[in-house]
Amino acid sequence: MKVYGLFLVGIGVFFGVIGLVYWFTSYEDGGFLMLIGSALLGLFPGSYYLWWSSRQKPQADDDPSADMAEGAGAVESFPGSSIWPFILGMGALFTVLTFVFGLWLAPLGGALILSGAIGATVESRRGGIVPLPVAPAGSDHHADGEPHPGAEPA
Amino acid sequence: MTTTIEPPGLISPEQPGGPDGHAAGLQHDAGDHPHHEGPTGILNWLTSTDHKVIGKSYMITSLVLFFIAGIMALVIRVQLASPTSSLVSFQTYNELFTMHGSLMLYLFAGPFAFGGLANYIVPLQVGAPDMAFPRLNALSYWLYLGGSLTMMSGFLVAGGAASFGWVAYAPLSNATNSPGAGADLWLMALALTGFSAIFTGVNLCATIFYLRAPGMTMFRVPIFSWNMLVTAILILIAFPVLFGAVVLLFCDRHFGTHIFTVQGGGVPVLWQNLFWFFGHPEVYILALPYFGMVTDIIPVFSRKPLFGYKGMVFATMSIAALSTGVWAHHMFTTGVVLLPFFSLLSYMIAIPTGIKFFNWIGTMWGGSLSFKTPMLFSMGFLFAFLMGGVTGVLLASPPVDFMTHDTYFVVAHFHQVLIGTAVFAGFAGFYFWYPKMFGRMLREGLGKLHFWALFIGFWVTFMPQYAVGLDGMPRRVAAYLPGNGWTTLNVISTVGAFIIGASFLFFLANLWVSWRSPIPAGDNPWDGHALEWFTSSPPSHHNYSHLPPIRSERPTWDYNHPDHRTIHTGKTPKVLPDHEPEVEPAGAPS
Repeated sequence: MKVYGLFLVGIGVFFGVIGLVYWFTSYEDGGFLMLIGSALLGLFPGSYYLWWSSRQKPQADDDPSADMAEGAGAVESFPGSSIWPFILGMGALFTVLTFVFGLWLAPLGGALILSGAIGATVESRRGGIVPLPVAPAGSDHHADGEPHPGAEPA
Repeated sequence: MTTTIEPPGLISPEQPGGPDGHAAGLQHDAGDHPHHEGPTGILNWLTSTDHKVIGKSYMITSLVLFFIAGIMALVIRVQLASPTSSLVSFQTYNELFTMHGSLMLYLFAGPFAFGGLANYIVPLQVGAPDMAFPRLNALSYWLYLGGSLTMMSGFLVAGGAASFGWVAYAPLSNATNSPGAGADLWLMALALTGFSAIFTGVNLCATIFYLRAPGMTMFRVPIFSWNMLVTAILILIAFPVLFGAVVLLFCDRHFGTHIFTVQGGGVPVLWQNLFWFFGHPEVYILALPYFGMVTDIIPVFSRKPLFGYKGMVFATMSIAALSTGVWAHHMFTTGVVLLPFFSLLSYMIAIPTGIKFFNWIGTMWGGSLSFKTPMLFSMGFLFAFLMGGVTGVLLASPPVDFMTHDTYFVVAHFHQVLIGTAVFAGFAGFYFWYPKMFGRMLREGLGKLHFWALFIGFWVTFMPQYAVGLDGMPRRVAAYLPGNGWTTLNVISTVGAFIIGASFLFFLANLWVSWRSPIPAGDNPWDGHALEWFTSSPPSHHNYSHLPPIRSERPTWDYNHPDHRTIHTGKTPKVLPDHEPEVEPAGAPS
C-alpha cells in the first residue's frame, strides 16, 4: 500500500512542479488548470494511501515472503453473470443518441438506465454466496490445519 | 448469482517442476477447476462478467474495426497513387481519412490493448480470480461496442460520416463548417468510448492494487501489468479532459454557445489545448501497453531474466509523466505556445525511451535467442518504433516542425510510431498469448510469412512518405498536380500498403488453420516466466486453483526450474546455477 501511495503522490508532486513552472513561464491558464488538476488527481488518493498504510500492518501482497495461506479467506464476491451491464450500456447508447436524433429516444434510454441501475443494485443485495472447492488437492484445510474462513455460506 | 472466491491453495516449493516445463503433480484439466455453470452461447456473451470472455470480445471487436480501417487506408492509397484520381469524391475522401484515423486510434489501438489483452492477461499475471469490478468491466465493453457502432453509423446518415479529421479542430468542426448528424455521432461515440476507457482504467488500478496474490509485491508485478497500471493512470488524467472538450464542442454546435468560435468571443485554439492535453497522453496510452508486451516477450525468448526490471518501471513512469506535459508540441505553428518549455520536455522523453531500448537489448545480450513468431514481431517493433521515435525527436525541434507541419513527413512519423507499437508489438502479444487464450497453437510458418510481409510492406509504405513530405506534400489532400513530382513516391507507398494488406491474409489463414486443425498448446508452450503460464490453457472460470510461491517477478519459471531460481538479494536479480545454496529473499523472516 505504501508503494502505490508513493507512486500516486509522486505523480501529484511532478504535475504540481511542472504546473507551477508552466504558469510562471507562460501565464496560460488552460494548461495550468489541467496540470494542477492532474496534480490533485495524484495527491488525493496518494495521501490517503500513505496515511492508511502507516496505520495498517503490511498486507500479504506487500510481503515479499508471504505464503498463499496468508491470503486465506474470502477475497471478493464475483457475480457469475449479469444482464444488467448490457442493459445499462444500451441505455447509455440510446441516451447519447437522443442528442443526435431527438428527444423521442430519451424515454427508452432513461428506462433502460433506470431498470439497469435498479437491477444491478437488487442483484448485489440478493446475491448468494456460493463456496467453491478450491483448496489444495486432497485437503480442505489451511496449511495450519484450520478450515477456510468464509467457506460457509454467508 | 454471486460467487465467493477463496484464495488459491499453496503449492510447496518442494514439489518439483516436470522436465517438460509443466508443474509436476498438477492437473490443469478444466474438470479439476471450479466449474462455472451459467448461460451458454450468445446469452453467455451478453451476460458474462468473466474478464476472459470480455477480453476476447474486446479483441475480436477491435480487430474487426482494424480491418475495416485498413480497407479505408487502401482506398486512400489508391486515390493518391495517381495525381488526379477520381476513385472517391473529395467529401468521401475526407470522411475516409477521418474515420480511418478515428477507428485506428479510438477504437482499435487502445481498446485492443487495455480492453482486450490487458483485460485477459492482467488478472492472470497478478494471480487474481477476475477484475476487481466484473460488472463494471462488462459495462465498459458494452459502452465501447455502442460507441463503435455509433461512430460507424455516421456512414448511414444524410451528409455522411464525420469529415474533419480525427482531431476535430475548431472551427472546422463547428455546425457551420461540418453540419450533419455524422459529426454529432462521432462526438457521441467519443463520449461513450471515453467512459468505457475510464471505467477500464479504474478497474485495472483496483485489480493491480488490491487483488495481487500473496507475495506478489509491486516490484514483482510483471512489466506488462506495470505498464497497464501506468496506462490506467494516464487514462484517468486524459479521457475526462476529452469528454469535457466534446461536451463543449457539442454545446457550440447545438446550444448557441461560443466557446470555440471567435464571433461570440470564444477561442478556437482552446480546442487544441484541450484536445492535445488528451491527445498526447493518448499516444502513450496507445504505446505503453505495447512496450509492456514486448518487455514480457523478449526475456522469454532470450531465456534470461529481464535486464533492469526497476529501470523499466521507472522509465515507464517517466515517459507517462512527461507525456502529459508536452501536449502543445502539436501546436508549435499556432504561435501562441511556449516553445522552449514544450520542446525541452519533448526532448526529455527520449531519455526514458532510450533506457527501455538499452534494457531490451541488454536482455537479449548473451541470451539464448529463439526467433519464434512473437519474438520476430518484437524485433519488428524495435526497428519500427526506433525510426518513428527518431523522427519524433526531429519534430520536437520547433524549426523542423515549422518546416514539416501538416506534411506527409508527420504522417510517416506517427504511422511508424503507431504501427510499430499497436501492430508489430500488438501482434507479438497476440501470437504470444494466443495459446493461453485458446489452448491451441498458431502455425509458425504462417506467422513468419505474416511478419515478413508486414515488415517489408511497412518500410515500403512509409519511407517514401518521409521523402514526399520533405518535398512539401501536405497531408489530407485527395489530389495533387502531376507537375509536383510526387507521383512515383506515392505509387511506391501504395504498393507497400497493399503488401501490408496482403500480410493479414496470412494472419487470417493462420487463425483458420488453428481453428480447423488445432495443435494443443499445453499450459506453458514458451516456458514462460509470469504467473499466467502456471494455469491451464485456456484458464478455468476463476483462473487458478493453485498458485506457486511468488518469490521473484517470474514465479512460473522459478517453479519449473527449481535449480535456476531467480533470487532477489535486494539488488539485481541473480540466477542461481544448479545446486548453489539458496539465498533468502530480502526481508524474509529467518
